[in-house]
Amino acid sequence: MTRDRTPLLLAAILAAVVAGGLALPQWALFILTVACAQGLVVLGLMLLLRAGLVSFGQALYYCIGAYTAGGLARAFKIGDIFVQMFAGSALAALVALVLGFLLARYRGIFFGLLSLALSMILYGLIVKSEALGSTDGFNLLPSTLFGVRPSAAWVRYAVAVAAACVALGAAFLIHRFLNTPLGRLGPAIKDNEIRVEYMGASVRYAIHVNYVIAAALAGAGGALAASTVGHIDPEMAYWTTSGEFVFIAILAGTGSVIAPFLGALIFGAIHTIAYDVSPNTWQLSMGAALLLAIVFLPEGLWSLFVRRKAA
Amino acid sequence: MVQVGPVLVDGIIYSAWLFIAAVGLTLVYGVMKILNVTHGSFYALGAYAGASLTGVWLARGLPPMLSYAVLLGGALLVTLVFAPVIERGLLRFMYAKDEVVILLVTYALFLILEDTIKLIWGVNPYFVAEPYALLGSFEVGGLRYPTYNLILVGLALALAAGLAWTLRATRSGKLLAAVIHDPEMSRALGVNVDRFYLVTFSLGCFLAALGGSFTSPTVSVVPGLGVDVIVLSFAVVVIGGLGSLPGAALGAVIVGLVRSASVHYMPQVELFVIYFVMAMVLAFRPRGLFSLAEPRRI
Repeated sequence: MTRDRTPLLLAAILAAVVAGGLALPQWALFILTVACAQGLVVLGLMLLLRAGLVSFGQALYYCIGAYTAGGLARAFKIGDIFVQMFAGSALAALVALVLGFLLARYRGIFFGLLSLALSMILYGLIVKSEALGSTDGFNLLPSTLFGVRPSAAWVRYAVAVAAACVALGAAFLIHRFLNTPLGRLGPAIKDNEIRVEYMGASVRYAIHVNYVIAAALAGAGGALAASTVGHIDPEMAYWTTSGEFVFIAILAGTGSVIAPFLGALIFGAIHTIAYDVSPNTWQLSMGAALLLAIVFLPEGLWSLFVRRKAA
Repeated sequence: MVQVGPVLVDGIIYSAWLFIAAVGLTLVYGVMKILNVTHGSFYALGAYAGASLTGVWLARGLPPMLSYAVLLGGALLVTLVFAPVIERGLLRFMYAKDEVVILLVTYALFLILEDTIKLIWGVNPYFVAEPYALLGSFEVGGLRYPTYNLILVGLALALAAGLAWTLRATRSGKLLAAVIHDPEMSRALGVNVDRFYLVTFSLGCFLAALGGSFTSPTVSVVPGLGVDVIVLSFAVVVIGGLGSLPGAALGAVIVGLVRSASVHYMPQVELFVIYFVMAMVLAFRPRGLFSLAEPRRI
């Protein structure tokens, strides 16, 4: 039994972001922050994937988080990024708590389709809602941190560090959760649900808990994305957004809580480079990358690191 | 208050369109257990092929009445070019994998095809409305409708009848039922299962392309055309029951009428109601309205 190196690794990554961020150009900090936001969502998806569930509707909670942040900024002039993320996360978790009673009964393709339908309901609502800016969405002011508005030169760095703190903090908590009896049920459910029930554990309860945590993470990610990008629109609830998250989750693999963030960063990098090289064929490159990942790395990118360690 | 007549007419036309666009999805799922995301890509491919080929056809001064045959030919052409390559070249190696993994494979293919379409046809819109206007219009309850819509309804009915007949009454249809029930046993008994998969997948994609090409005269064909069709088709086939042919018809009629009613009476909930119905059906009958109890295999 080797010692658990994940907390140390997380701390090292955070230190690297804080120190290295000073040297990074603005656009790289932006990509880093967006990767943190997406990584949070994918971290939640990873929890569900471990239990054998693929949600094609995680954009629902991502969008709820984003519109919560937008609503706070617009209606109450609350621009604090931590408050926004917390509120987005809390609201998403609340919705998931209610919907979870329904969804926890579903498996396989039906879980995916029902979550897809639910996210499309939100999309349909926002698109037709004048108050929420309809298809155009609306803009957000740059975030403040603890009531302080960083100067324009520093805001990207400050937000990136704040995002990294929240993201890696969440990763640490999830890492701890995965080692609790409830957290360990995930792979067991994927393996054989009936045996889990025979052991006296409630599969439905475990899935419900995982689902709510996943939603809370997605809500926080959505709020972070909203304040980083400075704009929100209903596309955030569309099925292609959910598709991207599943994409990253498959690319990353479920081997470690760090994998989702690595996956999101690589996704961002592929996206940026592909778009830069050839704006009209970036989707082609993404699709090819996904295919290669499914065929050659069925356990995701993280399996590369694991194998090297074993050899 | 809007009268019921126009709501029904719009609903029937929209249902017919939905059925053509979605029936291939249920066919492919029913036989191969693949929820095919590239269905939307084939819809878009069909639309582009239809629009560009009829454009060329009419520009050459060839008889406009035959442009409907050109629409059909366009759908057939893109299907023959792309579908067998996808099934033989990639999907057949995936059949052993989980349903959800195959779904992701088709999602990756969908991303690739989205850009392939842009590479072939560029990003400018295509607009060829002649086949739409050619047949004049008819009147129901004081409102005029293009007669072209009747072609859609006729096509939908013909497809439904044709598919039902093929599946129930022909030798291949009966063999297909055996393949659906137990591919391994069918293979052991000498049925060419690979060929059934290839034909079914191609047929499903052809139906999507057909939906696209026959829609192309009514819209301007732009990139991203297929993206909406995917979820809409999902909704239709899920409501009726994945893999069920009568289910797809029922789903199309329900979604068509619901949407038409909401457009006339409450336009602000138009998109919402479709997915609300889908969620409700999934909540109360997860396997759809037309599903049978699934026998558990050991």
